[in-house]
Amino acid sequence: MIEYANVWLSLGDRLILKDVSFSVQPGETRVILGGSGSGKTTLLRLALGLYRPDKGTITVVGQDITGLRERDLFQVRQQMAMVFQDAALFDSLSVRENVGYRLWEQGLLSDEEIEQKALESLRFVGLDDILDKMPAELSGGMRKRVGIARALASGAKTLLYDEPTAGLDPINTCVIGRLILRLKTMGVTQVVVTHDLDTAYRVADRMILIIKGRLAFDGTPDELRACDQPAVREFLDPSSMPSEWTPSPNSNGISDEPLLRSIASPRSVS
Amino acid sequence: MPKDGVVMPTSLNLTARFFDLLLIVQEFTILSVQTVAGLVRPPWYLREIMLQLDRIGVGSLFIVMLTGLFTGMVLALQGAVQLEPYGATMYVSRLISESVVRELGPVLAALMIAGRVGTGIASEIASMQVTEQIDALRAEGTDPIKKLATTRLAACLIMIPLLTIITNCIAILGGWLVARLYLAIDSYFYWTWAFEAIQLDDIVQGLVKPLVFGFIIAMVSCYAGFSTKGGTAGVGVSTTQSMVYSSILILASDFLITKFFMAFA
Repeated sequence: MIEYANVWLSLGDRLILKDVSFSVQPGETRVILGGSGSGKTTLLRLALGLYRPDKGTITVVGQDITGLRERDLFQVRQQMAMVFQDAALFDSLSVRENVGYRLWEQGLLSDEEIEQKALESLRFVGLDDILDKMPAELSGGMRKRVGIARALASGAKTLLYDEPTAGLDPINTCVIGRLILRLKTMGVTQVVVTHDLDTAYRVADRMILIIKGRLAFDGTPDELRACDQPAVREFLDPSSMPSEWTPSPNSNGISDEPLLRSIASPRSVS
Repeated sequence: MPKDGVVMPTSLNLTARFFDLLLIVQEFTILSVQTVAGLVRPPWYLREIMLQLDRIGVGSLFIVMLTGLFTGMVLALQGAVQLEPYGATMYVSRLISESVVRELGPVLAALMIAGRVGTGIASEIASMQVTEQIDALRAEGTDPIKKLATTRLAACLIMIPLLTIITNCIAILGGWLVARLYLAIDSYFYWTWAFEAIQLDDIVQGLVKPLVFGFIIAMVSCYAGFSTKGGTAGVGVSTTQSMVYSSILILASDFLITKFFMAFA
């Protein structure tokens, strides 16, 4: 379905991805784990053709998209839909228009059919009563769910999620996790970028771990739990990190005693 | 800041700046070509164009009318002062209509529209850029240049000439108010000389300029929006840049168009 082969990418003078190879099979829910700035989101953007790799190839449904022109990439993108980290709902459009956006753009269905699809998608995420609200009126969790509804309404066969639970409370995190699980049981191909391990273990068929732009692990959730590579263990259990990772007071030659004293000392009240 | 506190020689710094400028010119040219090409290639996003026509045209009507009114009134006052020593105060309408149609109407209307519309376009696109909405458009299979830039260019090319014509008319009317009420010039005399003064090449010049200015406002604002980096702070920078560069390019192109018409008309 989606295959990354020896992908290298740098943005500006920063090397983001180093020789990353893995594939996502049809109907599979693949979780991409990694710390902040490790290159997880970049992998999703590469699959959509929003970035082009410096080296290596990316194949989507058997088609190498690496050298495609922007116009041809639009055809590839029709097969996928992405739920952005902050949902990226269009500010000037209502929830109804956001959810039905791709269908209106395609112009293949009547207005009534698009309305129906939008409503069904919003019902799926439990938000069928906010059709006429504007994105600014929604909470973070609602925005994410509308983002998922937009992806569902588009009829895409592959859904890409960028940090779908980031910044959400436990209830909304659970709701989003359940939605992903429900789509998984329906056979939708999904790629989920996250550093939320609980959600990752719940939804994943297979997982990869990216550390500093390199693929550090590729396997099932059980294999990840059992993995004894030091770099993987450090990510899964940060408390097991060696002590030199914790910034000691004088590790960089500058004492933080004055700062600590200013925090600890009682303030004088005039 | 150069690495390790090493100060880059000025010559190298200038070379780097020159190449940065070249890159901006290249990107601006590519965006402009793609935007103009979008005018003749479907889809045309007519609903979005109508929305922009309303925002740019109807939304700017009041400020360009005020601009025209006060420009005409000031021109009448200043013109009368200049013409009085020669006993030619009655010909002030000639001065007003010619200077307004050729220069002041197009330039002042364009500067006001750059301030109101250009900054609006830049900040809107810049906000979309930093909140990933542009990427979302691309991910949804929409060409953001066609959807955002081409529609705004079309609206600017249609509305800015119309707004300029309105500015010109209101300016001449403002001049008449001062001429009639303050300078006691006969209305018939004022309007006769006002229309007599305007030649065909003045009208052509007065219509070519707003078209060029409309292109500048739309493209500079869209470029500033699309090239936004650095979160919400970047939105502010892009908005300011769109106003500054639009104004400079409007004034520079005004000189070049005037020179062109003087040479060939």
